Amino acid sequence: MSIFIDASTRLVVQGITGRDGSFHAKQMLEYGTKVVAGVTPGKGGQRFENTVPIFNTVAEAVRETKANTSVIYVPPPFAADAMMEAADAGVSLIVCITEGVPVLDMTRVYPFVKGRGARLIGPNCPGLISPGQSKVGIIPGRICAPGPIGLVSRSGTLTYEVVYHLTRAGLGQTTCVGIGGDPINGTNFIDCLDAFERDSATKAVVMIGEIGGTDEQDAARFVKQSMKKPVVGFIAGQTAPPGRRMGHAGAIISGSAGTAAEKIAAFEDAGIGVAKRPVDVVDLIRQRLR
Amino acid sequence: MNIHEYQAKDIFREHGIPIPPGGVASTTAEAEGLARRFGGTVVVKAQVHAGGRGKAGGVKLAKTPDEAREVAAKILGMQIKGLTVNKVLVTPAADIATEAYVGIIVDRASKRPVFMVSPAGGIDIEEVAAKTPEKIMRLPVDPVYGLLSFQALQMGLFLYPDIKQARAAAQIMEQLYRAFWASGASLAEINPLVTTPDREVLALDAKMVIDDNELERRPELALLRDETAEAPSEVRAREAGLTFIKLDGNVGCIVNGAGLAMATMDLVKFYGGEPANFLDIGGSSNPEKVVAALEIITSDKNVRSILFNIFGGITRTDDVANGIVTATRTSPLTVPMVIRLTGTNEDVAVDILQQHGFSAMTEMDAAVQRAVELATTGASA
Repeated sequence: MSIFIDASTRLVVQGITGRDGSFHAKQMLEYGTKVVAGVTPGKGGQRFENTVPIFNTVAEAVRETKANTSVIYVPPPFAADAMMEAADAGVSLIVCITEGVPVLDMTRVYPFVKGRGARLIGPNCPGLISPGQSKVGIIPGRICAPGPIGLVSRSGTLTYEVVYHLTRAGLGQTTCVGIGGDPINGTNFIDCLDAFERDSATKAVVMIGEIGGTDEQDAARFVKQSMKKPVVGFIAGQTAPPGRRMGHAGAIISGSAGTAAEKIAAFEDAGIGVAKRPVDVVDLIRQRLR
Repeated sequence: MNIHEYQAKDIFREHGIPIPPGGVASTTAEAEGLARRFGGTVVVKAQVHAGGRGKAGGVKLAKTPDEAREVAAKILGMQIKGLTVNKVLVTPAADIATEAYVGIIVDRASKRPVFMVSPAGGIDIEEVAAKTPEKIMRLPVDPVYGLLSFQALQMGLFLYPDIKQARAAAQIMEQLYRAFWASGASLAEINPLVTTPDREVLALDAKMVIDDNELERRPELALLRDETAEAPSEVRAREAGLTFIKLDGNVGCIVNGAGLAMATMDLVKFYGGEPANFLDIGGSSNPEKVVAALEIITSDKNVRSILFNIFGGITRTDDVANGIVTATRTSPLTVPMVIRLTGTNEDVAVDILQQHGFSAMTEMDAAVQRAVELATTGASA
């Protein structure tokens, strides 16, 4: 079992002929993801790697291949349109990897996608992987292994760091989800925590947050009120100076809301085990699985 | 991207917001000339990307052109929060009856642009929000429809009991929303929005932050960037496609990914060190980026050791290794370096490094500990 994606996921890759899109489409095919279609306007009728059919529009791809999930690797100025196109075509899960999507675009994309009943993950995220079943995005497959841990994170490479420690310690994962660090994203911590709580294969959850915003505090309240499964957390940015941007548009400390100290306090209050270092996640999980 | 008050005022004026005239001076003579042109008392305001200009002595009244010159001499060149003032705005002083606050931000929680308005403007709005939240009105705007006239009037009436002033404020808010949307802003603010004794409503200050992600498709906005108002190392980093923030410690950090970069800084601190910077080389890195990163780090005289922490996903670790080799060939290091690298093409990367006399570690904790140790003992390269 897993959340959001599994062996039955049928994927369409938007921007499959681009530099990043083609590289990662190959990686996903190698991992075993059912990549059933690609979309690049003007290249409809061609095939990717001599196998995957390419279409001009997502609507066509969905009609011809029954794709139910889309992953987006198109450049930032076109990403908003790509997300809305996928939602309009009836895809139920949309994963946008693109970094640098203007935030005002997202204020329109979010209600559009939600209005059509689709789930959006990202933008500016590494995607997700259900080890052994399917990978959608860019998380390196070889650092993951199937197992009982659910993982949700705002970061990319920091996720890899934690997954690497988990896998090496024999703690495999049901699903690892990177929700992205932008101020407006489609799926938040609570959406993932809720899904992990309902997923029978998931026995414990790791949540990796960072400074900025109040998503982690909201998630902590959810854990306290609605979760029975143990949760372990890590917050990046404890030494970040206030008021400075740290690369992620979301990681802005505004006023008192959003400091690492506040988030850690919220975690502790909710009974979430707080790791001081990424590697400490392993021991905290072990203690809670006993 | 931060822009200056005078630039934000230009944008606001284009959208019809009533703002007193003003001119920018970078010399005392220019400031004097502007004061003479406007006549009467003027305000001389430091143009710098920092809040609290008034408290820092960067905003002063001048009754005569001579006084404007003297005041400008004090403000030009002064430091506010570590930034040097290179320009001042000279503008006629307005008679103020009341001061209100009007701002728009993109709110993460409601995922919409949200107006925040308060009749208690002119001072720290955070303090008003904390102590007297009833004096702040929040209004989320549906981006599909934009700010509706009745919403603008509701906010106008929240600020002013006088219907004429409320209507004038409502119009300013509609203009401000249009300016905000048209400029791809993440923040637009008027503080204070004032009324004058003859009941006019005017914007006396303007602040705007442009979403960096908009600049590629709006080159006219990118031109507003004032590089003289930023730290030179941060300008260079941006040109090289890096995200860099200088800090006060002595362990120079070069990391891929913002989250891992922050976690690396935290770990440096955990092991008793102090990070010299935040530096994210980003995803698909090429050797040139690594060369630029090393140049920036080594130009910081405080740096006693350099720490690479690379977890290759999209980033190919062999690209990073090649960058390290190229950079150190052209300018040999004077401080010790610790390289932690794992992930995509790790074997190739380790070979490249070993051929050139470098060694690589695979564990983040061990690498950070080593870098802190080297910085503390003051070892040389």
